[in-house]
Amino acid sequence: MTVALHIENLTRRFNDLVAVDNISFDIEHGEIFGLLGPNGAGKTTTLSMLSTMLKPTSGSATVNGIDIEHDEDGVRKSIGIVFQDQSLDEELTAWENMDFHGRLYRIPADIRKQRITELLRLVELEDRKNDIVKTFSGGMRRRLEIARGLLHHPSVLFLDEPTLGLDPQTRNHLWQYIATLAREKGITIILTTHYMEEADQLCNRVAIIDHGKIIALDTPQNLKDGIGGDVVTIRSPDPAAIVAALAEPWITRVEQHNDEVIVSLQNAEQHISTIVTLLNTKQVPIQSIGIHKPTLEDVFLSFTGKTIREEEANHKTKMRMFQRMVRH
Amino acid sequence: MDIIYTIWLRNMKRYIRSKSRIIGSISMPLFFLLFLGFGLNSVVQLPGIGGNYIVFLIPGMVAMSVLFTSVFSGIQIIWDKQFGFLKETLVAPVSRLEIMLGQTLGGATTAVLQGFMILVLSLFIGLHVSNPGGFLLALGFMVLIGISFTAFGIAIASRMEDMTGFQLIMNFVVFPLFGLSGALFPISSLPAWIGPITLFDPLTYGVEGIRYGLTGVSQINPLVCGAVIGGFTVVMTILGAFLFRKIKL
Ligand SMILES: Nc1ncnc2c1ncn2[C@@H]1O[C@H](COP(=O)(O)OP(=O)(O)OP(=O)(O)O)[C@@H](O)[C@H]1O
Ligand SMILES: [Mg+2]
Repeated sequence: MTVALHIENLTRRFNDLVAVDNISFDIEHGEIFGLLGPNGAGKTTTLSMLSTMLKPTSGSATVNGIDIEHDEDGVRKSIGIVFQDQSLDEELTAWENMDFHGRLYRIPADIRKQRITELLRLVELEDRKNDIVKTFSGGMRRRLEIARGLLHHPSVLFLDEPTLGLDPQTRNHLWQYIATLAREKGITIILTTHYMEEADQLCNRVAIIDHGKIIALDTPQNLKDGIGGDVVTIRSPDPAAIVAALAEPWITRVEQHNDEVIVSLQNAEQHISTIVTLLNTKQVPIQSIGIHKPTLEDVFLSFTGKTIREEEANHKTKMRMFQRMVRH
Repeated sequence: MDIIYTIWLRNMKRYIRSKSRIIGSISMPLFFLLFLGFGLNSVVQLPGIGGNYIVFLIPGMVAMSVLFTSVFSGIQIIWDKQFGFLKETLVAPVSRLEIMLGQTLGGATTAVLQGFMILVLSLFIGLHVSNPGGFLLALGFMVLIGISFTAFGIAIASRMEDMTGFQLIMNFVVFPLFGLSGALFPISSLPAWIGPITLFDPLTYGVEGIRYGLTGVSQINPLVCGAVIGGFTVVMTILGAFLFRKIKL
């Protein structure tokens, strides 16, 4: 396997804010690589730098061995990108949007025509090809953008939140499609998401990013295994007492999170009655108890002490405060 | 060339589809022509300038419609920025100069088409084209006005975040340029202290050039007109290309 993307100490500041903080990793050819993180984590900023749309403050990166700062055109030729925000011309038809793209990438007319037909069929838009994009739904627009990103056969494809705002059915459909692309065409795919399931099901490897830093990077399976078994969440008016009560050798990890205690252990089903008995003997009250297989959400929580949703709420509060400051 | 053509083609497609915009932007010069023209025709005496006021006004209104359409086309870049489409163009392996030139030619083409429509409508209200060479000369001046002011619009759009500054530019730059250009009245009839100011307005030379082409009379030598508006076009294109190269998303 060869390296499609090499990132070294990449950093980007906006005034005082460090949006991307000294990240380094490699992505191999044909990999589907996920950047998972809450709002404001620095995912889009990272992709903007890798796609030459934004200059890094420091650090470096190469795409297919081409330096993103020294040879912008070289990088641009070998990448495709689907931006987080829509970037279609709404006044043009689906076909015309594709055709515009094909001409910008200097694809000869006959090949262009053939590929546009193929790709529109692939994303199931061929019967809408002569309709103005303004009349398209969000999902149709997204599919059109993905088709467009593939038109010039990029070897590396960036997808910034490809399924944001799509219904579950369309989302599933797109996942299958993205997986097929990577498998059959050997395209390296880097996608950002804040959907746990998306990162889990689709990606070969996932980097969890928070406040501009990579806090974990591995296959979804390894990340979840790192939790140390199944996850038991116990809700109680006295969570501290539970933490104290559960200091047992067969329990991998006990952590308090708000009014919940999160316990990791192997084969939780077999141990659940022991846990209940233990808490009863020590007379610790239990409100509710739940077991689940570890998810990437648990991984995120174990590394940051917060759930992704809490991080996002936090970010939104900050943004709101900032906006209020600006307004007054 | 193919990239410039691609950008130009997109502009043309959007133009042809925006029927309301086409009609909207010929209506203003047309109203001016009808109301000012017919209203003042019998009142206004133009010393030393042959013909009547309507015929005097026609080149001014042609220039006006080219001016407004081209500034507006250049400023459109801001919409592309806001609707995200500009990213699609900027991330492609093409030079910004090509994008800017395509946009300029697209804007200039729509502007000249708009001016041409006024020209054709003017044939029904008193314009006589006796000299085809003069007609082509007028078209040439329209092209120069179109290119220079689209480039001017692009230059401004490259530095603006959103459309909020647009009204300001219209009120403090475009309307004064229009008002001082001698589109509505002969520059020689202005008070002595304003007269020289009009000579600093590049549009003056465009209007006079068109007027010479269509009516055979002008107050400024057509060669001077050509040189000034030609030079202005070069300067604006370079400025537009320079600022567009540094556009921020
Ligand atoms: N042009 C900019 N100027 C100033 N700050 C910026 C700019 N772009 C991004 N930021 C800040 O950098 C941080 C990272 O933003 P970024 O868009 O990369 O986050 P993200 O992970 O893509 O989030 P989301 O999931 O909401 O898309 C945020 O705090 C954001 O406010
Ligand atoms: Mg983002």
